[in-house]
Amino acid sequence: MLTTNKQALAEGFRDGIPIGLGYFVVSFTLGITARDVGLTPFQGFLASLLNNASAGEYVGFALIALHAPYLEIAVMTLVVNARYLLMSTVISQKFSPDTPFYHRIFVGFDVTDEIFGITVARAGKLNPFYNYGAMLTALPGWSIGTALGIIAGNILPPSAVSALSVALYGMFIAIIIPPSRKDKVVGATVAISFALSFLAENFLTSISAGTRTILLTVLIAGAAAIFYPISEKKDNE
Amino acid sequence: MNEIYIYIAIMSAVTLAIRILPLTLIRTEIKNVKLRSFLYYVPYVTLAVMTFPAILDATQSQISSGLALIIGIAAAWFGASLFQVSIICCAVVFLAELFVI
Repeated sequence: MLTTNKQALAEGFRDGIPIGLGYFVVSFTLGITARDVGLTPFQGFLASLLNNASAGEYVGFALIALHAPYLEIAVMTLVVNARYLLMSTVISQKFSPDTPFYHRIFVGFDVTDEIFGITVARAGKLNPFYNYGAMLTALPGWSIGTALGIIAGNILPPSAVSALSVALYGMFIAIIIPPSRKDKVVGATVAISFALSFLAENFLTSISAGTRTILLTVLIAGAAAIFYPISEKKDNE
Repeated sequence: MNEIYIYIAIMSAVTLAIRILPLTLIRTEIKNVKLRSFLYYVPYVTLAVMTFPAILDATQSQISSGLALIIGIAAAWFGASLFQVSIICCAVVFLAELFVI
């Protein structure tokens, strides 16, 4: 059993290397956003270590900049990170029923899009040590990258900052477009989201960006769920 | 200064609860199709809403970010990875601003 755990840890570490490297570069941009908001390198490091979520932290930092009410940042974090509910639920089905409580907590600590991806791609029951191996690269990559982004943000020329500022949007695009190609309903949902978001920003200017995201998400995802409930097959993809 | 730590604590508590609670509490499969469907669509809608039109205001020029959006979508459509799409968008903005502005 010990050898198996060691092996799983090594394999998770191996699969986590590209994730850690990617996180390091992308979180640098997150650090630039955090710097603009006024976070210190340690605060950025702490936020990234505990959250390890691109969109969630990005929204959180944007709301900190606006001095948003605590309830709003809690609700927005919930909405933006809601996908982790489903991911953790899927992963819970991969656990052996006798998996100890603490393994469920530690694996849950770092359910990111990418770690979720490599976890569900692995055949058979989940060995928590596989996830721990991936977390060995993912967590430092993300949190140290954020801290360095805050430190280095000051010294980068405007053209480089401008270029790096779209890295997170590139991530979002990379998450939403491939499923849009595979699934017409998802594609239509994304297109409608773009359109309504554009209209809302231009014609519902009294509503904050955070509230706008909550309203549009409940409205569009709710409508999609009512009219196009997912089949079991699609759910498992 | 202290306020930022409160914000970070709230963000972290919510994020960790979202990730850990399903793994520790839900031991049986969710059967409600509507709820499963809603959660299935949430990430796509939220990320799409946050990407557009916000991306247009992220750079020095709307031309560069507009190009990054279009080329990024094309790259993701044709199978580029998360990391690749991210880098491509950055490169498009950098090059566009080098020549356009």
